[in-house]
Amino acid sequence: MIRELHEKLVKGEITSVELTEKYFDVIEKKNGELNAFLTLTKEEALEQAQFVDEKIKKGEKIDLIAGIPMALKDNMCMDGVRTTASSKILDNYIAPYDATVVRILKEKGAVILGKTNLDEFAMGSSTENSAYGVTRNPIDSERVAGGSSGGSAAAVAADMAVYTLGSDTGGSIRQPASFCGIVGLKPTYGRVSRHGLLAMASSLDQIGPFATSVEDAAIIFSRIACEDKKDATCAPSAEKNFEDYLNGDIKGKRIGVVKGHLDGLDEKIKKRFAEAVEKFESLGAEVKEIVLPHSKYSLSTYYIIMPCEVSSNLARLDGIRYGLSVDDQKDSKMGNLLETYLDTRRVGFGDEVKRRIMLGTYALSAGYYDAYYKKAQKVRALIRKDFEEAFKQVDFIFSPTAPEVAFKIGEKTTDPLKMYLSDIYTISANMAGVPAISFPIGTVKEDGKELPIGGQLMAAWFDEEGMLNAAHTFETN
Amino acid sequence: MVHVMCCMLTKDEIKHVAVLARIGVSDEDIERYQKDLSSILDYFKELEGINTDSVEEIGHITGRFNAMRGDNVSDSTEKEKEDILKNAPKERDGQFQVKSVF
Repeated sequence: MIRELHEKLVKGEITSVELTEKYFDVIEKKNGELNAFLTLTKEEALEQAQFVDEKIKKGEKIDLIAGIPMALKDNMCMDGVRTTASSKILDNYIAPYDATVVRILKEKGAVILGKTNLDEFAMGSSTENSAYGVTRNPIDSERVAGGSSGGSAAAVAADMAVYTLGSDTGGSIRQPASFCGIVGLKPTYGRVSRHGLLAMASSLDQIGPFATSVEDAAIIFSRIACEDKKDATCAPSAEKNFEDYLNGDIKGKRIGVVKGHLDGLDEKIKKRFAEAVEKFESLGAEVKEIVLPHSKYSLSTYYIIMPCEVSSNLARLDGIRYGLSVDDQKDSKMGNLLETYLDTRRVGFGDEVKRRIMLGTYALSAGYYDAYYKKAQKVRALIRKDFEEAFKQVDFIFSPTAPEVAFKIGEKTTDPLKMYLSDIYTISANMAGVPAISFPIGTVKEDGKELPIGGQLMAAWFDEEGMLNAAHTFETN
Repeated sequence: MVHVMCCMLTKDEIKHVAVLARIGVSDEDIERYQKDLSSILDYFKELEGINTDSVEEIGHITGRFNAMRGDNVSDSTEKEKEDILKNAPKERDGQFQVKSVF
């Protein structure tokens, strides 16, 4: 879609201003129901669109993404724009700088339409934890769009943006992409700078694109993947246009399916997945069974490591430097600093965020660090080792993205553990740091609606090139 | 090594953690956290059986370490300073205002 729009812009068949206005019209029509956007940046968007149009008029060369409308998950800072992370504690926060990804997109001429809804601080699998209401799935508005990047996924699926950015800590790009029938890419840990991303769990967080095709995801990924002195965990730049390596040939590629991965999976999803496996075989790939002995521990390991890092990262929200500050301790004789902290964080954070901060604080408290965080990071080393072994035998690992189609709003909100299971297939990629992509592999009919199912490919560290090509080959055949 | 908890966390433990976490809690919250935290920690118990004695824990997942840079001061502009302070709940003389600690 990006290439076609780029051609139209360059040939003068449409202007960026016209395109941008068209997208704002769609947003105006659909956002009331879907609640994908929290903030619109109309003025900035039209200004950028006009700037690109002038460049085109002057015959200057523009980047592939210049003049094309997109949106950001509202946990990425954009200078001068409200950035809430869908939390009441940041309700009035105006970002004083651009995240590195936002700076890059602006420099390339991207038109930023606004900020999209998410689970508070990206904690959740359904966007039901947002302080600003749930995002509805464009395919069936009784159902969730997934999470935590539900707004970004719904925006692309409902054509309210050409592409969006999300962040993925345990599946927050891939699971909503699966639920909304689009493509979502989580790059290798460290590929994309996290500077200006409101941190959730820093050893797991990674930014990536949502798009309607693998090629579009590759185009965006190529542009945002680069080293950044403001994020010391960043890998050296790839300096490669990944979209130029999509040759549609996967003959002889080895695809692993994990033994036991499909046990207990819904029969309808199992059937679609089996068909997808057959399709890969018919395209010339060799599919074989592999083992990842420790991957079954991914979820429990994740639910120690992530809350520990959450409790540390969210300590900065203290009601002193920015955000909400509850300072009305009338009943208190002291009215001291501690009470401001306690009240601000009690009122400002939602239930799930508080639950994770409490859990992480407990696990990191004196005497427990070795038993929990350190133990979890050791098991994580074993999980990574499994992947090292697996990628000696296969090029990619294939699974469903989620154990289910989009579920109904309210279905899982009362049971945190049940909600956590939604990420069972996606979490191990974050634990191991490998890249993974979700793309549509079929649908299942429920309540008269064709609900999409995503397939997930994982590849070895930094092999986004091969992985994108495999997904592209599947998608275009 | 401390043995991983096997039973429900006590009310006092939850109160202690809440102060460490700087989160105000009601009696009702405390009961809920006792239940929620204990069930998640129970779930973690499945890791106890894995022998990790000779395993080194993960630092950076792709193995990157010591990303160095020069220790240079870069001045921020007046506007940057203003934009940052604009977000402060309380500000005085270009600085964040904080309640007395003692």
